[in-house]
Amino acid sequence: MTAPETVPPENAPAETVLDARGVTMRFGGLTAVKGVDLTVRAHEIVGLIGPNGAGKTTFFNCLTGLYEPTAGEVRYRGTRLPSRPHEVTRAGVARTFQNIRLFPNMTAMENVMVGRHCRLREGLFSAIGRGPRYRRAEAEARDKARELLEFAGIARHGGTLARHLPYGDQRRLEIARALASDPGLILLDEPTAGMNPQETRQTQELVFAIRDRGLAVVVIEHDMRFIFGLCDRVAVLTQGEKLVEGPPAQVQSDERVVAAYLGEPGDLEGLGDPRDPGEPGAPADGSGEES
Amino acid sequence: MTSALHAFPHALPRALGRVLPPRAALALVLAGSAASVASTFLPWTWTAKFPGDLTVAGYPGGNQVITLTLGLVTLVFGAAACGVRPLARLVPRGSAQALRGLAFAQAASTWYVLAAIAVELGGLANWVAGSWVAAVATLLPLAGALALPDDRREAPPGGGLPRPAEIAILFVLMLGAMLVVDWGLATEHTQQFVGYVLALGFAAWGVNRSGLLEEISGVSARNRVATSLAALVAAVAFAFVQDGDAYLSLAANILIFGAVALGLNIVVGLSGLLDLGYVAFLGVGAYVAALVSGSVFSRYAGTPLPFWAAVLIGIAVAVLAGVLIGAPTLRVRGDYLAIVTLGFGEIFRILVNNLDGTSGPRVTNGPNGVPGVPDLSLFGYDFGETHQVLGFTLGRFANYYLLLVGVIAVVVFVFSRVNDSRIGRAWVAIREDETAAAAMGVNGFRLKLLAFALGAALAGLAGTVQAHVTTTVTPDQYQFLATAPPNSAFLLAAVVLGGMGTISGPLLGGALLYVIPEKFEFFDDKQLLLFGLTLILMMRLRPEGLVPNRRRRLEFHEEEIAEAEGHDVATRTAPAGVKA
Repeated sequence: MTAPETVPPENAPAETVLDARGVTMRFGGLTAVKGVDLTVRAHEIVGLIGPNGAGKTTFFNCLTGLYEPTAGEVRYRGTRLPSRPHEVTRAGVARTFQNIRLFPNMTAMENVMVGRHCRLREGLFSAIGRGPRYRRAEAEARDKARELLEFAGIARHGGTLARHLPYGDQRRLEIARALASDPGLILLDEPTAGMNPQETRQTQELVFAIRDRGLAVVVIEHDMRFIFGLCDRVAVLTQGEKLVEGPPAQVQSDERVVAAYLGEPGDLEGLGDPRDPGEPGAPADGSGEES
Repeated sequence: MTSALHAFPHALPRALGRVLPPRAALALVLAGSAASVASTFLPWTWTAKFPGDLTVAGYPGGNQVITLTLGLVTLVFGAAACGVRPLARLVPRGSAQALRGLAFAQAASTWYVLAAIAVELGGLANWVAGSWVAAVATLLPLAGALALPDDRREAPPGGGLPRPAEIAILFVLMLGAMLVVDWGLATEHTQQFVGYVLALGFAAWGVNRSGLLEEISGVSARNRVATSLAALVAAVAFAFVQDGDAYLSLAANILIFGAVALGLNIVVGLSGLLDLGYVAFLGVGAYVAALVSGSVFSRYAGTPLPFWAAVLIGIAVAVLAGVLIGAPTLRVRGDYLAIVTLGFGEIFRILVNNLDGTSGPRVTNGPNGVPGVPDLSLFGYDFGETHQVLGFTLGRFANYYLLLVGVIAVVVFVFSRVNDSRIGRAWVAIREDETAAAAMGVNGFRLKLLAFALGAALAGLAGTVQAHVTTTVTPDQYQFLATAPPNSAFLLAAVVLGGMGTISGPLLGGALLYVIPEKFEFFDDKQLLLFGLTLILMMRLRPEGLVPNRRRRLEFHEEEIAEAEGHDVATRTAPAGVKA
């Protein structure tokens, strides 16, 4: 499997892929994200954890152009990311959503082909004319989609409507769809929410395989065992601010992290001790993260 | 209401099934159908006063033809039910449903006529022996069919026939369907048309339930080009089987309306943008063509342009209008978009009303519009004249009808190609989830604008021909709602009734919106009431439209389909808790 063409050859393993500086997002009086810095280097898997409402998804939305940050700057491979979601995707940052957002009435194959959209050029007139170039591009997109479905382990579902897929496969399809745009960085928002331990393990393998394709990964998760077994580096967000950042072992034993999870009055979710990985955090119904 | 609707069709058959064993029931269906065929050769009343002249012995006329045809078709399906080999393909999913539908069709259409005879002529005294025979004969197959055990089954994996055979079948079917439609159009009396509609409706229902339509759509899916070609041939042949221009003028209007509805289908059906002012684009095309046509009432009478130039300018101006309307409105979503487009649609009408030289610049001639648009003349073929082609007479409307068949062919070609492309996928993605589509790199605004522009182009194209067909272009032809098509509300209704996202759906929906008022004259001023009732019933019983596309069908009838196909829905979908 060859690396996608947008990813440069592996001559600079420590190259910075994502560089977010002082990202702040205010909604009226509420500051959801406060001056968060995050750096992601090539081939790195970075975890983003924190109690519900800590601003993790809001931070993701700031990175991907769904929100325009009130202050701060996001750079991807040295250039400032545009502020519109489709331009961010074209620039090379793809994402999945916390509450699955597939195109439910399109087949799995079509879903992935939509993910390929921004890498194709064919416009209205070539679609009507169907010249050889159009047919080649369409065939290549189809092959790419098939390859990605296989990569995600759901090739057998190619012709099934997305809404008919089992839950775990819907999550995988969302990842395959995000990969179709040949990103250099993929942001996964709670990829294992609602999964059983076996599915979580498979997802972990999938994320490693994504890294092996040459991508950098940022992943939001509540499942501590998943995060600490997966990430090279973990950042902890509480109340919109970055609390700690470091290797998993260091974060795991940091008292402030423990306090953030145990000590916040009124924060009923995420009560699990981060040192006890048997306790998956909160269920992912998503409502707490959206604001 | 639903439970009652669903319970009834089960209770009666069960009761009848207890009395009649299956073989006897089948025999009753066959014998009854034969008897009703025979009854059509007897007179059904004594006076020719009843429309269609049902008094002739030995020569079925009027409504008798319907009963005769249905009887023969039922016999064929009955033979299929008996296990006659080559006919088994007619009922891939079981014959009982088809026989029930056909028996209902026979009984309903025949009893309707007999009742009409009794009511209109004043009493049962107007029935003659033949009427009684028909009345009893058409009930027999119904009783038999209801007593048949339900033999619904999964369609066997039908291996296709050899390709030439399939293509031949497609051509025969298309031409046959055209003749059936032609017969329905040519019915001279409301009684005949009602009988025809009853017959067609029940028969289609039964035949659909037995899986034949599915089989046919399978065949046509395997031979797309042949299907389009067969449809084209049938559409052209329609012009040649007509006696006069009466129904060709109707057909020409249907095709104009259908082309616009297909354009709207791109906007509503594919991209999911509710546009309530769509008829304005038809108006733009029509006004452009009328103004440059050389009509003496046009401001630009001195500089008539050739038709191809008028078409190009008409499309260009319509696209421009689409972009001008789309650019500001497409920033709002959902209900807001509907309201804003409604406003823009009205703005068009008021604008052309005011460009009369007093309220505004003199361009469109104001409320008087542009009358006297001359007939087209292409390559020396004058569309206003009557021509003799291959021994057939083609009148003015036949000429335009044939031109419009070409226009529709272009529209369908563009629609289907774009639908199945990167652009079409992006449109559907936007409809499904705009935010997710944007996160996948789809430029939502640009693609929505493209949908608006392409839809407007197709409507503008139709408009340029419309100007010549109707010869007069006035502002009030292009309203949001009027009692007759075309208007924005009816366009939307055609798309929704017919089936969003499909090609044949809006064409069929548009045809019905024209034909039904034409044929049911007695509705007169109650047309809109009826129209509203139809919409409510359709949304309640068949929200996916008459011709559902695959996705919509799954969307609305997932459980039923899964049940019918023997799948367990629960194992195929996500658990309810995480589905949200």
